[in-house]
Amino acid sequence: MKELIVVKNLKKTFTLSKKQQKIEKQNIKVRTAVDGLSFTAYSGEIFGLLGPNGAGKTTTLRMLATLIKPDEGDAFIDGASIVSQQNEVRSKIGFLTSELKLEEFFTPNYLYDFFSSLHGIAPEVARARKKEMFELFGIDKFAEVKVADLSTGMKQKASLCISLVHNPDVIIFDEPTNGLDVITAKIVTDFLLDLKAQGKTVIVSTHIFSLIEKICDRVGIIIDGKMCVCDTLHTVCGGKTLEDKFFEIYSEHCGGDE
Amino acid sequence: MKRSRAIFTIFKKEMARFCKDRRTMTSLILPGILIYVIYSLMGNFMTDAFMTDEDYKPVISVVNCPDQMQSAFSEEIFVLQKTESIDAAKELVADSTLDALVVFPDNFWNDMLTYTPSPDNAAPNVDIYYNTTSETSSVAYTSVMAILDGLEASISNKFDINNSSKTYDMASDESMASFMFSMIMPMLLIMFCVVGCMAVAPESIAGEKERGTIATLLITPIKRSDIALGKILALSVLSIISGASSAIGVIASLPKLMGGMAEFDGSVYGASDYAFLAVIIMSTTLLFVTLVSIISCLAKSVKEAASYVSPVMILSMVIGITGMLGSSSQAIWVYLIPVYNSVQCIVEIFSFEANALHIILTAVTNIAVMGVGVFVLTRMFNSEKIMFKK
Repeated sequence: MKELIVVKNLKKTFTLSKKQQKIEKQNIKVRTAVDGLSFTAYSGEIFGLLGPNGAGKTTTLRMLATLIKPDEGDAFIDGASIVSQQNEVRSKIGFLTSELKLEEFFTPNYLYDFFSSLHGIAPEVARARKKEMFELFGIDKFAEVKVADLSTGMKQKASLCISLVHNPDVIIFDEPTNGLDVITAKIVTDFLLDLKAQGKTVIVSTHIFSLIEKICDRVGIIIDGKMCVCDTLHTVCGGKTLEDKFFEIYSEHCGGDE
Repeated sequence: MKRSRAIFTIFKKEMARFCKDRRTMTSLILPGILIYVIYSLMGNFMTDAFMTDEDYKPVISVVNCPDQMQSAFSEEIFVLQKTESIDAAKELVADSTLDALVVFPDNFWNDMLTYTPSPDNAAPNVDIYYNTTSETSSVAYTSVMAILDGLEASISNKFDINNSSKTYDMASDESMASFMFSMIMPMLLIMFCVVGCMAVAPESIAGEKERGTIATLLITPIKRSDIALGKILALSVLSIISGASSAIGVIASLPKLMGGMAEFDGSVYGASDYAFLAVIIMSTTLLFVTLVSIISCLAKSVKEAASYVSPVMILSMVIGITGMLGSSSQAIWVYLIPVYNSVQCIVEIFSFEANALHIILTAVTNIAVMGVGVFVLTRMFNSEKIMFKK
């Protein structure tokens, strides 16, 4: 299998403002969000990043999506560096997170065309793909409705379609089913499996064990910005449930404090 | 993707965002229309309030009118109304039925002629009762005062000033217009340039940051500098439309504001003056668009951006007010000071002293500063600390 995502020793720190220090009741000025993270994801697999809130999952994905730069280390998306070849990386990935919103003034139809144009996709190709995606997610009936007037689930589905206008080989989803009703969540997870079947590489971050167990081939458990375990789901679990294994690893990492 | 295509795609999206939004378009175009309507109404109101029909004859009553003054208080100037008593006439003045009541003391004419001014000896006094809340009463009062002042002046007349029908004010219509326009326009135009930018820039940049839609743009494979340029381009067009709308509104309504006086007609200026003005307004607007965009980029929300931009608006208005001091012979380096150079050029244009070198220098300076601003803005778009500040 081809190595599509190679992450090497990524490190990211954030400087805390006085306000943040006060909120978090900490005196430290710099917080390490990701601390020397390395892993690899292969073509045709779904890789799950699991960890508690604040573990560094979202920061890792934001670095892979080139929204923020790492302090140290690098990652390569299909050979393109997230540090030095950002535009190339952006053309190879589809990134979806709750942080990314659609302009509520426009319709899904307009936004799809707009982002297709930014990705340099030929109009006829974009038109055919839009039809296919909108039908798949049931957006076709709402294509001319302003995003502001769509339901939360429909907005999420529209975001999903628009993040994949360029049919990328690498798809990065941060909490893909967060805030979705069970039906929409099922459509999204089925779609992720479909992408895998198409030979694409999907990275998802979540703290939902059942989602990882259902769709992921390999899993990495991140705690305090460090990769504690990274292997196939079968190897990581070792006969236990993922939830039991996660808490075992978490207790070991925190020195039995939990 | 070609850079120009990427910039144009962003430009089209921004234009669609604002042009399809009735609220934004209203906030851009409405100021010009409102200025025209409000200034015109104000002008009409002031004209009605302070000017009466030239043919109007005030209705007055005169008590004890000396024979020598009968011709001054004639039916040609006033409608004379007889009165039963002074108190009854006062009541008529109070309810605006009578415009004025003039009461001469007994033996007024002889007492006046023989009067010698001294602290112990009071001068003969004429009582004029009038009502300030009535426009016609004010006219009557002014007319009666003019007659009596004339009489008083003629008694001790040693010399006159401008006492003939000749035209003494040598100011031409053009110079009157230039005086008024050059006093008022610099501040108004500079203010409208800023207001036009304030209506769109915070929404376009800080608004996208606030709503989280900017990140969706930032992960597309186009340069962030192209995103910034596309936005600046669209904001410039929209701000120029807004600035032009307001400028046209002011220039069109100023004659009406001045009470329909022909000399304040903007038509005294030629096409070249308006062309120079357009260059200055456009370059100044571009400068402000860049400045307001940079400030908006620093802000986390539209509200925060608006509060950051307010001092810029106040400062610009203060610089605009310096235009009221006129344009003295300025050193050439003055035209290298952004905004102040625009104010000086606007004063020069409205004073019929437009100087092509000053206009070019000002426009080039403003565009150069804009260029530096755009560079700073593109750097800011690349800064995660600025774009994702929480």
